[in-house]
Amino acid sequence: MSRTKSIKTATDSAERAADRKAWWSRYRAGLKYAFHVISHPFDGFWDLAHENKGSLAAANTFLVLFLMTRVLKLLCTNFQFISAPVQHINVLEEAGSLLVPFLVLCLANWAMTTLFDGKGRFKDIYIAMCFALVPYILIQLPMILVSNMLAFDEASFYSVLLAISVIWSVFLAFVGLMEVHDYSPAKTFIFLIATVVGACVILFLVLTFFSLLSDAIGYFVTFYREIVYRLY
Amino acid sequence: MTRMKRVLTCVLCAVLLLCETAALADDSYDLNKDGFSTSYTYGYDYWGDVIASPDAYRVETVIDSVDLGLDLLDGKRMSKPQALFARGNDLYICDTGNNRILQVRREASGKYSLTRVIDKVTGAEPEAIKSPYDVYVDEQDNIYVADYGNFRVIKMDKDLNRILEFTKPSDATFDQNLDFLPKKIVIDAAGRLYALVQNVNKGLVKYENDGTFTGFIGANEVIVSTGEYIWKRYFQTQEQRNKSEAFVPTEYENIYMDKDGFIYATNTVFDEYDLKWDNAKPIRRLNGIGTDILIKNDRYPPIGDLYWEEGSQSQEYGPSRLTDVTVFDNDIYVMIDRIRGRVFGYDSQGIMLWAFGTKGNVDGAFTGAISIEHIGYDLYVLDQLKGSVTVFTPTEYGSTIYSAIETYQDGDYDASAELWTAVMKQNANYAMAYRGIGRALLRQDKFKEAMEYFERAHDRDNYGRAFKLYRKEWVEKNVWWIVLILAALLLIPVISGRVNRMKWEVIMHEQNKVHKDGN
Repeated sequence: MSRTKSIKTATDSAERAADRKAWWSRYRAGLKYAFHVISHPFDGFWDLAHENKGSLAAANTFLVLFLMTRVLKLLCTNFQFISAPVQHINVLEEAGSLLVPFLVLCLANWAMTTLFDGKGRFKDIYIAMCFALVPYILIQLPMILVSNMLAFDEASFYSVLLAISVIWSVFLAFVGLMEVHDYSPAKTFIFLIATVVGACVILFLVLTFFSLLSDAIGYFVTFYREIVYRLY
Repeated sequence: MTRMKRVLTCVLCAVLLLCETAALADDSYDLNKDGFSTSYTYGYDYWGDVIASPDAYRVETVIDSVDLGLDLLDGKRMSKPQALFARGNDLYICDTGNNRILQVRREASGKYSLTRVIDKVTGAEPEAIKSPYDVYVDEQDNIYVADYGNFRVIKMDKDLNRILEFTKPSDATFDQNLDFLPKKIVIDAAGRLYALVQNVNKGLVKYENDGTFTGFIGANEVIVSTGEYIWKRYFQTQEQRNKSEAFVPTEYENIYMDKDGFIYATNTVFDEYDLKWDNAKPIRRLNGIGTDILIKNDRYPPIGDLYWEEGSQSQEYGPSRLTDVTVFDNDIYVMIDRIRGRVFGYDSQGIMLWAFGTKGNVDGAFTGAISIEHIGYDLYVLDQLKGSVTVFTPTEYGSTIYSAIETYQDGDYDASAELWTAVMKQNANYAMAYRGIGRALLRQDKFKEAMEYFERAHDRDNYGRAFKLYRKEWVEKNVWWIVLILAALLLIPVISGRVNRMKWEVIMHEQNKVHKDGN
């Protein structure tokens, strides 16, 4: 009995090790695949969504890196190139103020496109959007370092590269949505606008919900207080 | 015994600690020491946050009607005084409500005494002046009075004999239906008169020194937003258009001529949203043809307070309404805000040096600040409701700032840096001090230190300059390391590639051998 058990655990752990190894290699392949996506967006995003080339783990990594880049940029860019009141910055707030709109926009896009025969699932949209952030990370992260080696009158070099990173990322996001949903460019564009509207609706609903919730809680709190006053 | 010892040590420790705290409490920067427990001077940092500052000015004295002996003279106290003018040690107060001008002299002892009451002009018709709104005295001691009630500007010599009168121009460009109501006047070195006339929005009315009218200069430009324009032009009916406000320029509030003959003009009629983007331009420096040439090199334009509560203008709400300006010989200009009774000092680059003042009845606070003048660096603020003149003298801090700026303008950069260091010791939040020190360090080739100071001052231009030099120096010093690292970066892949290739060739060779052997 005990022998069979030990054999079983041995095979288990071996399997687990193999799993882990497979996961890691898949993760690494996912990360590496980003380079293909950003250089061959049409082909890359199609395979990302339909051939299952990327991975959720890699996408999460890019999102975290993006948020880190953003915060580091505010904190560590030389003051010649950025006007960030360091004494007032809250790191979590800064990261959250990007993360929340990102997720809400992904959600709104999924909600909109799923009604109009978009092929992408939420996961596909999320992964594609995360992969679209890669140029931003790749350019802006080193630029934080570079900004500390430049003088103020060399700012054009800095700002051009920054602009390239943003334009590239936006272009990738556009192509990504197009390929994920199998839409035409015009339809993608229309749904980009619809996504923004949808995000506003989501925000409105959430805010309404919370304000109603706080009103409801407030009602019970005052109710409780009233009773306490009556009793004592 | 041991217990006793322990107790003793405890007591000793406590005594020592007490001494320590007592020593800490007695530091030399105690504000209470000089009798002022609070400071009401402030400034703004790079982020626009309000930063408390040591006092740049303190009240020396307040001169009111009683001090001047007006009660004994004729019993008429100052009533709605509208303007101040200073020439040499003489201060002229326009006592508008009593139709006279008070000439007050500052004695060497620092006392102020009334020397003359100007209410009549010999040889003029009518002789008596009526509600004078402004007074100007030129280098030859000729006195000019904006005789508002008699529709004229009158020029008299120092013994009050009429020389000339400037009256309503008969020119067609001047609307003949209007009365000529001069409110503010300045006279340039050549004797030309520039008058700010009520109900005239074409700019300042200009006269030659012989009294002939020569036109208008420096009209306040009209700001129309595109949306407003489209609305009025295309969507309003004729009736609506007649009823709505017309696009006309507004009048200036006050004018001042600096030592170079440029006119500083303040403007209090504007939309508060135009202020922060500097469309309102509440203070201007007009050149000969009336264009604004005021230098604004700071992050925020010179508009007085950067933050305000919205509300009715008559209370302490809304943006600063800068009702008067005076300019020192070193091009520092000082403005007074009638809303909150504040005084703002700016240097020639448009950087705020300090701000102070408040509303109230204590000395150093105003209820109806209307005019500001200076003798040397002393400031005189006229309060029309209190009927008093408040005299401010610069503190050590304030005068150190002035001498630091002046020595820099004179080109003595090292002395200037020393003065800025003194300023920095009194106010560690003063960006200009850091910039001043940084400039001197840069000149001494101490790039790294200069960069540090420029960073504190948030001075990007100068930081970039210092950084470039520092980078050059660094590269020159470390050039061998850089070459080595670059060479390594280039050579290592090449060499490792070579090695790998050799290995590969060896392997292939071996394999070939094996194959051959196998064959």
